Amino acid sequence: MKKPTFWGYRRENGRVGVRNHVVILPLDDLSNAACEAVANNIKGTMALPHHYGRLQFGEDLELHFRTMIGTGANPNVAACVVIGIEPLWTKRIVDGVAATGKPVMGFAIEKNGDIATIAAASRKAKEYVQWASELTRVECPVKDLWISVKCGESDTTSGLASCPTVGNLIDKVDAWGATTCFGETSEITGAEQVCATRGKTPAIGKKFLKIWNDYNDFILSVKTDDLSDSQPTKGNIEGGLTTIEEKAFGNLAKIGKKAKYIDVLQPAEAPAKGPGLYYMDTSSAAAECVTLQAAAGYVVHLFPTGQGNIIGNPIEPVIKLSANPRTVRTMSEHIDVDVSGILRREMNLDQAGDKLIDMTIRTANGRLTSAEALGHREFVMTKLYRSA
Amino acid sequence: MAAPDFIVHDSTDTVGVVVVEGVEAGQQLTGWVMDGDKTIKVKALNPIPLGHKVALANIKKGDTVIKYSNDIGKAVANIAKGGHVHVHNTKTKRW
Repeated sequence: MKKPTFWGYRRENGRVGVRNHVVILPLDDLSNAACEAVANNIKGTMALPHHYGRLQFGEDLELHFRTMIGTGANPNVAACVVIGIEPLWTKRIVDGVAATGKPVMGFAIEKNGDIATIAAASRKAKEYVQWASELTRVECPVKDLWISVKCGESDTTSGLASCPTVGNLIDKVDAWGATTCFGETSEITGAEQVCATRGKTPAIGKKFLKIWNDYNDFILSVKTDDLSDSQPTKGNIEGGLTTIEEKAFGNLAKIGKKAKYIDVLQPAEAPAKGPGLYYMDTSSAAAECVTLQAAAGYVVHLFPTGQGNIIGNPIEPVIKLSANPRTVRTMSEHIDVDVSGILRREMNLDQAGDKLIDMTIRTANGRLTSAEALGHREFVMTKLYRSA
Repeated sequence: MAAPDFIVHDSTDTVGVVVVEGVEAGQQLTGWVMDGDKTIKVKALNPIPLGHKVALANIKKGDTVIKYSNDIGKAVANIAKGGHVHVHNTKTKRW
């Protein structure tokens, strides 16, 4: 396949977005109501309510800020309004987003109340959205496209066809210099030694194994049974997946056959070693994982599903593909790319990979995904432990 | 070959994946082994839903079940060739 180009929004820091959102970002749970009121006042803006941001500490607090700042900094976001209960932590997010050079302003509710805050923030949001609406797309090389991958409600057709289709794309775009990311630490269990061999160097593979071991030790320390009610999920089991090991080998097919990951990222950590495939330590729950990948700066997501996970993300378009003929038939409104033909031998993996590249470019150019059209905006912060 | 009834990842695998709906006990199934592009046949001993696995050989209790040329768990009951392989007779070795 010929190396494609796409049309995106080149931001102040040189990164390229494929969406042009103005987001209203709450520092904390208390500020959700004000953010939602601003988004209701000013059409074309979007609030991102979530549950946390109070009394967190240590690594958990760092992750909260990394996720908030990364979400505002994502190139799919043109401009950002931040609202928090008090000014100091609010400013920390504003300063982090401002480092990208994009327009951002913070508002604090204490000493003002919701109504005055909403009025002031709405005026700024209106200014931002009108400014953003005049930005235009420019033609960009595919190396400017940051692509994340994660699968969900997998079944055996995921391992046979939809995950290898993503893997075929990863191998192709890796050669073109794209920046890509996979994660799902717990769901590599059973295939972790194979995954370790896919590190660019033995040291990088070892770095992955340490994270996997830490996660596995955590699971062993809190589990009450063999996890067969959780991993695989009830949906996975209905779809024919029997064990975590079986699920893991299907999962890992998403990184293709050739690409090697060049670094191991903390949750929501932005990749810093240039183009290539990155592994990120994430939960295997879909919305948590995609929220972290979006916060790391990825702009388009590929999501293979077997039984029909319907997840979307507010700022990063999520492209669904499935090879399960029943899912494609009964849940067609959720599926962007049907690769069930692989199971009938009507298409091969190379053709399916090209079909997915085509849909990825069309989506980057502005085509709404099924999840976007259906209003799926699952924004879920990862919380590492209890607050103080 | 026409559309297969089941697909096998690798030639060393002891299970294949049914990729059509409505497989009944006694049905003769045609399988595609992707690795090496071979065709094999197995008679289903049980109804096997879409996406579920069929045993390609007799698997004894305690045997490792092989898929993707790799260990995906252990049989916790004897499984005859053509039998339905799933959570009732196969378990993880982890956790």
